[in-house]
Amino acid sequence: MKIKLWGVRGSIATTGPDTEIYGGNTSCVTIAHDDYVLVLDGGTGIRQLSGSNYPSHQRIDVLLTHLHLDHIQGLGFFSPLFDATKEIHIWGPASSSQSLFSRLSRYLSPPLFPVLLRDLPCKLFLHEIGNSQFEAGPFLIQSNYIIHPGPTVGFRVTYRNAVFTFLPDHEPALGNNGIIKESRWISGYDLAEGADILLHDSQFTPEEYSHKRGWGHSTINDACLFGSLTAVQRILLAHHDPSHTDTFLDEMFNSFKKSAGTIPPASLAKEGTEIDLS
Amino acid sequence: MASYEIEIILNRQLADCLSIPVFITDTDGNLIFYNEPAETVLGKRFEETGEMPVAEWSTVFKPLDEHGKPLHPEELPLVRTLTDEYPHHKKFYIESLKGERQHISVTSYPIISRTGKFLGAVAIFWKLKEK
Ligand SMILES: [Zn+2]
Ligand SMILES: [Zn+2]
Repeated sequence: MKIKLWGVRGSIATTGPDTEIYGGNTSCVTIAHDDYVLVLDGGTGIRQLSGSNYPSHQRIDVLLTHLHLDHIQGLGFFSPLFDATKEIHIWGPASSSQSLFSRLSRYLSPPLFPVLLRDLPCKLFLHEIGNSQFEAGPFLIQSNYIIHPGPTVGFRVTYRNAVFTFLPDHEPALGNNGIIKESRWISGYDLAEGADILLHDSQFTPEEYSHKRGWGHSTINDACLFGSLTAVQRILLAHHDPSHTDTFLDEMFNSFKKSAGTIPPASLAKEGTEIDLS
Repeated sequence: MASYEIEIILNRQLADCLSIPVFITDTDGNLIFYNEPAETVLGKRFEETGEMPVAEWSTVFKPLDEHGKPLHPEELPLVRTLTDEYPHHKKFYIESLKGERQHISVTSYPIISRTGKFLGAVAIFWKLKEK
């Protein structure tokens, strides 16, 4: 299970010298086994899966946590979609009113994008998921709705004993007193419980969060509290705010570390990072 | 034990912010959460009782009509919501175990998930001022 982070920025791609270290591309992670590649989210990071990174396996599964633009904007530039030899399965959260096809087509259609979703050359299959379990390549996937505006799921990806949990946009602390510290009452608990690696939203400082409750994101503090309550082995803090420079992120993380109690090992997610979990 | 669906969790988080008494049950009527204002109606504290089976919490107070006659369970909004998965509303009286009578208005609604699954019910108890 080889994990690679292709984009860990939140909200909007943010390039420039100030974001060189942690990266400017939005949400995209791959998990590979042999020549099979599972893609989590289609943010701008997905564009890098071309050239020498082009997935060679005939089938590719793309799992979308939700349809906010920072999680789908790269889809139109995902070269396998234009490859007639590829079979591509896109899995995304069901909504109570509109199909995944019609919601994705809002972006993948003129005037926002020149090619219609239905005209893409690959063999395309769409799957609507909610609190679901399914297989993609060698991986077993569990998806559950989690707290974030609009239909949003998180993913627990399992291969043998290795577990990677992906919750890039998540506000488990939404409420009067933050996260309720009982497992049954924690959004995303079942997805993260005991995971080897948890990638979790940590967009805001506590001060920023006080003005942005209900926006669907977390502080480093809440991400680490969530990781601690779910007993994960390691936390990757992601969905960096576009206004947070590399220097700011380091300062934010260091000041959190000074105040934090015992938490599982945590680090700021960095674009380009590769982790071998097997 | 699996955690609750987020629709249930968000209902609890909302109830926790409100000053109206709110009761949340699972699909069988077991009380899985009640907020602080509901604690005064029930005469119990959630921190102390935790979740309560339907048989236990339904006997804490007696529902009565305006003439003091006991109401059938099927006439109660929450029981009806749990049966037909529709919202219901009714004004009636409740008598606590100590014999105190209170005129209340109860509104109940079903928690139906995004996928259309019935997950439980919420009942809002509103104490009415006597005329
Ligand atoms: Zn996002
Ligand atoms: Zn989002």
